[in-house]
Amino acid sequence: MANLMDLKVTDTPSALEASVASQGDKSPSKNKPDERFDSDSIEPLILIESEASSNRLDLTELWRYRELLYFLTWRDVKLRYKQTLLGAAWAIIQPLFAMLLFTLFFGKLARLPSDSIPYPLFAYAGLLPWTFFANAITNSANSLVGSTTLITKVYFPRMIIPAAPVAAGLVDFAIASVLLVPLLAYYRVAVTWHLFLFPVFMVLSTLLAMGVGMLMSAVNVKYRDVRYALPFIVQLWLFASPVIYPASIMPPRWKWLLALNPMTGVIEGFRSSLFGRAFDWPAIAASAALTLLILVFSGYLFRRVEDSFADII
Amino acid sequence: MNPIVLVEQLSKRYRIGARETNTTLRDAVAAAVRAPLHRLLNGKRSREETIWALKDVSFEVAPGEVVGIIGRNGAGKSTLLKILSRITKPTKGRVALNGRVGSLLEVGTGFHSELTGRENIFLNGAILGMSRREIERKFDEIVAFAETEEFLDTPVKHYSSGMTVRLAFAVAAHLEPEILIVDEVLAVGDAVFQKKCLGKMNEVAKAGRTVLFVSHDLNAINALCDRTLLLHKGSILMTGPTHDVTKHYLDRANKLYSPITWSPVTGLDDSEIHLNKVTVEQAGNVTAVVSCREPFTTVIDYEIRRVVRGSRFFFILRNSKGELILTTSDYDLIMPEAANRELGRYISRVTVPGGLLKTGAYYWTLGVDVAYVRIVFAADDVIHFDVYEPEDDTQATRHERVGAIAPLLQWETTRLTNGEATNEAGD
Repeated sequence: MANLMDLKVTDTPSALEASVASQGDKSPSKNKPDERFDSDSIEPLILIESEASSNRLDLTELWRYRELLYFLTWRDVKLRYKQTLLGAAWAIIQPLFAMLLFTLFFGKLARLPSDSIPYPLFAYAGLLPWTFFANAITNSANSLVGSTTLITKVYFPRMIIPAAPVAAGLVDFAIASVLLVPLLAYYRVAVTWHLFLFPVFMVLSTLLAMGVGMLMSAVNVKYRDVRYALPFIVQLWLFASPVIYPASIMPPRWKWLLALNPMTGVIEGFRSSLFGRAFDWPAIAASAALTLLILVFSGYLFRRVEDSFADII
Repeated sequence: MNPIVLVEQLSKRYRIGARETNTTLRDAVAAAVRAPLHRLLNGKRSREETIWALKDVSFEVAPGEVVGIIGRNGAGKSTLLKILSRITKPTKGRVALNGRVGSLLEVGTGFHSELTGRENIFLNGAILGMSRREIERKFDEIVAFAETEEFLDTPVKHYSSGMTVRLAFAVAAHLEPEILIVDEVLAVGDAVFQKKCLGKMNEVAKAGRTVLFVSHDLNAINALCDRTLLLHKGSILMTGPTHDVTKHYLDRANKLYSPITWSPVTGLDDSEIHLNKVTVEQAGNVTAVVSCREPFTTVIDYEIRRVVRGSRFFFILRNSKGELILTTSDYDLIMPEAANRELGRYISRVTVPGGLLKTGAYYWTLGVDVAYVRIVFAADDVIHFDVYEPEDDTQATRHERVGAIAPLLQWETTRLTNGEATNEAGD
């Protein structure tokens, strides 16, 4: 309703404005501005400059705000299953039901190979990192748009906003991982020292989710198309990743194609660490390199555009 | 002494419409297809309208100073605060802040209704920049200030709005930055709590912290600030001792801010009723600042282009907190000649008595409807005026009274017996 009418405040080009001389202090001494700026400061000096000024990644500032990341993550975790009947059980139900469906359709009916590992276990080991990743990037991508008031009213490094849902996803991941214990026991798969590398792939998938989530969230601020495109992208990505099929299904000639997807190394790495198989180091290295690339690219891009968030959100 | 805040030739340009248009990739692609050359050559869309929300603003603040910032809506106050709080970047110029900054542009930012009071204290504190240890240390103090002890573990959604505001302000009030930036936040909450907050802010100022304080309430500015900046159309019009600046603002406001007029173009369907002008007048002069003691009149100048049977003009008055103060229409006193307006040009005047409103900023919403049938048009909060208390007023505490309005009511006190009789009755 507010815009129904166009208001105009007419100008007053009068001598009045000119006649009003600033009475108290004069404008700051323009002759020696630089000296003033460089004078020794009591506290860490904050310098606010125009949009064109340089943008660094500034990790020290992020570190200073780590407690805020903790609180926002904690809020996400607290709120996630508020007013749900099953609560945190959802963290297990999601991958569990996907596993049952996949086992029925891809394991039993389509008879997809699973590297001689029982298909349900095979699928769950892939769905675990995948569910985390898919939820993390979805929540992360929508995080900035959902935090309008924070962005327009308070300053803090904006990166914390898309990072918090990824961190909160780790809690779900931990809950869902518990189901691995009975599954491994039931199928009598013995764990080996390879399990020690499990956290490595956890870190890798977290970093990848941060990189992708950060990028999507920043784009989402300006182009709300992300909201609609994302479910689609996630679905395509699932089929492009070795979740329902093993990476070994690919003919060697085309293996590099699969390696272009950073989730390949992560998911295969997860399985190798769980089932004690040999690690596919080239694929893992490719994943790690791509993840790092995406993370750094997103980080710089995010920093470059974050100043405009408050104006366009 | 070195200034703690140093602002140099600060300017901020906004693209008009950039906020309203919901950009989608499709639009961007369409625009790119339509004018690929323009985009390539100019780097941005042509025909873009821009406004300078701030233009060449320079000032400095010494440590421990409490500086007020006043000016009409659109003068650039909020933009200035947003830049100082690092929420948005300036287009030109720079700012040096020699200390930890805490800004309160809103009370309760990040409050979540599903979380309990206790949880919100921590979350909100962290968002405002407090460390966990700091919050833990001040926790009891915050709870005591907010007076919500017994509801600490209740989700905030079950709080009354007053309680939520109290809790939110309590957290904010315990922020201890060297530079505190405050925007109009005192406008929320009831008057008693407002007074408590003003007291707390005074304390903050006395403790030697630097405060930048924006308000529409000149009385609060007068009470708190040593020095005040008057912003006008993005520039500093005047700076100096608070009383000089506020006095100047009130004296000259009428000349500075010409009457609001309706632009007869865009947006509005004026096929039935066309508005020429809406003005606020006091003592026969068009004004934007009215004394709270005297009556003032709002004048609508309009044309009836097509007869609307049963039409009525209505006004809704809200204060700067968005609280509804009153509604009125030309049906308040039955006027058949108003309901059946024939074609032609009209002037309608409605007078609000003096000694009724409290000081502060007010907004008229103006509309025309056919009661219970349809709304011809309505424009929310479009006419802004300020109510102030003349300095020599004997009822100078009126604005501190609790309640939405502060009318001067007739009191009569009669002495019935002499003093001794009263004493006996007391024993």
